[in-house]
Amino acid sequence: MKASWAAIWTIAKRELAAYFDSPVAYVFLVIFLLLSGFFTFTFGGFFERGEASLAAFFNWLPWLFLFLVPAAGMRLWSEERRLGTIELLLTMPVAAWQAIVGKFLASWLFLIVALALSFPIVVTVNVLGDPDNGVIASGYVGAALLAGAYLAISCMTSALTRNQVIAFILAVVLCLLLILVGFSPVTDLLARWASPRVVEAVAKFSVLTHYDGFQKGVLDSRDLLYFLSVMAYALFATGVVIRNHRGG
Amino acid sequence: MIRVENLSKSFGSKLAVDGVSFEVGKGEVLGFLGPNGAGKSTTMRMITGFIPPSAGSVSVCGLDVQENPIEVKRRIGYLPEAAPSYTEMSVLSFLKFAAEMRGLRGEGRRSAIRRVVELCHLENVLGQTIDTLSKGFRHRTCLAQALVHDPEVLILDEPTDGLDPNQKHEVRTLIREMGESKAIIFSTHILEEVEAACTRAIIIDRGRIVANGTPRELMARAPSGRLEDFFRSITRSDTATEAA
Repeated sequence: MKASWAAIWTIAKRELAAYFDSPVAYVFLVIFLLLSGFFTFTFGGFFERGEASLAAFFNWLPWLFLFLVPAAGMRLWSEERRLGTIELLLTMPVAAWQAIVGKFLASWLFLIVALALSFPIVVTVNVLGDPDNGVIASGYVGAALLAGAYLAISCMTSALTRNQVIAFILAVVLCLLLILVGFSPVTDLLARWASPRVVEAVAKFSVLTHYDGFQKGVLDSRDLLYFLSVMAYALFATGVVIRNHRGG
Repeated sequence: MIRVENLSKSFGSKLAVDGVSFEVGKGEVLGFLGPNGAGKSTTMRMITGFIPPSAGSVSVCGLDVQENPIEVKRRIGYLPEAAPSYTEMSVLSFLKFAAEMRGLRGEGRRSAIRRVVELCHLENVLGQTIDTLSKGFRHRTCLAQALVHDPEVLILDEPTDGLDPNQKHEVRTLIREMGESKAIIFSTHILEEVEAACTRAIIIDRGRIVANGTPRELMARAPSGRLEDFFRSITRSDTATEAA
């Protein structure tokens, strides 16, 4: 068990170094912070809300992450396939799942660092008002889980192709689908001809439905379970894709 | 140390490797010859556990590749075709990564890296990004990765491809020296290499073994006494039709 975590950690370290060895990490961080700040303070109506909360920031995250997380995850496996290094990696003494988990964890950690760098917004609301920091903390937990779910899906699409652009687009489409089934304009449309129970059942599959709980400061084990199962499922699918690819 | 039995692999309806069997013992260097697309790389990939066989079995040091993949992989050093590597890494960090993946830490890792750096002449490029290296250096970096844990079994897919004549000579010498204490399989298109470095050679064509013997035996089978003539007489070019 110890040896298998050592291998996972070695893979994760290499993957993290790969982000910071190339401009990818810095470009990503700058764009994430610029855009999240921009959305928070303009469209989010941070000041106009008249409440000390991070709702303006968190409300935009599912949409911002929709593009940024697949961008961070698209290279994970497609790059290995393009360079042929997948053959090196998988002939080293590790199981495929260790490689999958190692790469995923590295990317997730990177996204969590990006999220953590949004701390000036937290400082701002604390200076200007008296927010409920518990709600903010649970909001961040939800955001990290959301990023993990998108990332696991990006891992899966990345394993499908050696082309990063295709991996990116596929991931965006799949993540968008997970948003839309719970996005109110879509559910309203669905409610016109489907029974409320059907609408509700469909909406349960949406990341938004489960993300909202965290933003209200409600830590529900079902929401947690939802995100963890999306991650587990997508990573499992990644394993299947990689195995099939090797099987010819 | 390597035992391959009735190994077959099909991709869809195409049979890439068809019932290949051979053995390689300690102290043997097996040259793997054959036209492009004959199934050399596919066979090697099955030995290293990268792809599963459709039928047949491979065992390395008495361990079945399918049943004990991790244990087998520990004992193998593998240089894949075209010598891939993480191009954004420096040579040193790439070798550190490979050593760590092989369970080497601390002083063990440092001395292992020192050894392969010397063996593959990488001293002057250690800090350089692999991206910026010439093909010869990239190739040797990947070879160093395969040697870092001093494996009992070496699988080298075209280890001299893309090297200049001096580098080719060095790699051949290296293979011959290491062959005294390891079991080595290497594939090549260069027939002189077989004479220079192998104790035995297998010629494979369309997934089947068509000849197996020492280089001298194989040469003796051509009227001219040249390996190339023998090779051409028993293999078909990829432009030849199936019926031919």
